[in-house]
Amino acid sequence: MRRLVVAALSLALLGGCALKPIEPWVKPYERERLADPIMKFSRGSLAEKHVEHIRDVREGARGATGVQGGGCGCN
Amino acid sequence: MARFAALVGGLLGATAAHAIDLPEDRAEALIHTYSGGGVNAYGPALLVRKNIADRFALTGTYYLDAVSNASIDVVTTASKYKETRNEFGLSADYVYRDSQITIGATTSREPDYTANAGSVDVTQEVFGGMTSVSLGFTRGADKVGKHNAPEFSDTARHWQYRLGISQILTPRWIMSANVEALSDDGYLGSPYRSARVFGAFVPERNPRTRSARAMKLRLIGDLGSRDSIQASYRYFTDTWDIKAHTAELGYSRYFGDAFLADTFLRYYTQKHALFYSDNAQTETVFVSRNRQLSTFNSIGLGAKLSWTVKKVPGKYDVKLNGAYEYVHFKYSDFTDVRTGGAYAFNASVVQLFVTATY
Repeated sequence: MRRLVVAALSLALLGGCALKPIEPWVKPYERERLADPIMKFSRGSLAEKHVEHIRDVREGARGATGVQGGGCGCN
Repeated sequence: MARFAALVGGLLGATAAHAIDLPEDRAEALIHTYSGGGVNAYGPALLVRKNIADRFALTGTYYLDAVSNASIDVVTTASKYKETRNEFGLSADYVYRDSQITIGATTSREPDYTANAGSVDVTQEVFGGMTSVSLGFTRGADKVGKHNAPEFSDTARHWQYRLGISQILTPRWIMSANVEALSDDGYLGSPYRSARVFGAFVPERNPRTRSARAMKLRLIGDLGSRDSIQASYRYFTDTWDIKAHTAELGYSRYFGDAFLADTFLRYYTQKHALFYSDNAQTETVFVSRNRQLSTFNSIGLGAKLSWTVKKVPGKYDVKLNGAYEYVHFKYSDFTDVRTGGAYAFNASVVQLFVTATY
């Protein structure tokens, strides 16, 4: 009996959660710190491109760096 | 399922008045050098970016690499050489509400190698600007030649498909996940490189196809005193049986209003390709002694300093930047035939550049 009550309560709780859509929890006015250059995944594209090229021609692995474009042109 | 539906509902329903802003107009001039393992490469690079009517931006880049190569492969099996690589790039961005589309093309020319590539990238902000999803595609086509051998001519084609998600976690933390599928087809080696079979040097023989997958996770956190910490990990695997791990840790900090310093530590390790051999003891269809396909690891330690020389808020700023990276490469199954020991070398990367936004 107790198990049944627990199960019914859990289901009700789960159902309650499911009905309420998840809202964005970090509001635009809370993103000031995230706009700073030190919080960016990518800065200064030429310097990054140079480093990327150096690694591309020496390492077996490539890709998924988040840098757009490509086309290494190296052998 | 209901929770998933609610999440999707939340994603689509969260239509806050947010739009992607194009980055500012920008110009960069860079001098770059690399020296290590007998290779010296240096040259200038330029970038100019101009916004048009707040919705379009055009970016032009030029990159020159003057290489003098006396690496271990070259000095032991060929002769030292010099050559220059010129690369031109042009890209256009278009922004509409929460979406950005970027179309780009690059062309790279060396006396014996020409590479052309075109790419399309689309970024869409969702979930009230907290999540950004990007999709990208690059197609490349290369022509491979050989000095003093007009009879040698081949081609290579490349395809890259990428998907990325960046997610704001809290007002201080942000993360991203990127995956990329890469396919190559055609001549994927070097006509100058030698493999070693039963102690004798013979031309290398590589497969003409290669498929790879890469996955990268990144995390950046604001530490609260005008500083931040970055961590990333990438896993790579391909049909040549290379498996690679890359881990990076970084720290950035402002000093006063004018200086920003970045430091990072990077560790890279990979397992050799199936057909890689330092000195093959059996005859196989494919054989290579390309160090890039061997088992090795590298450790890089880098620092960068950026000095804001002049800043007029809302109008322009000019920065002088200097970056240095020291890298140590250590090979497990590549013998230095001059000494008989395992090969290792150190390299230095130097960048000096000016950036201006206006």
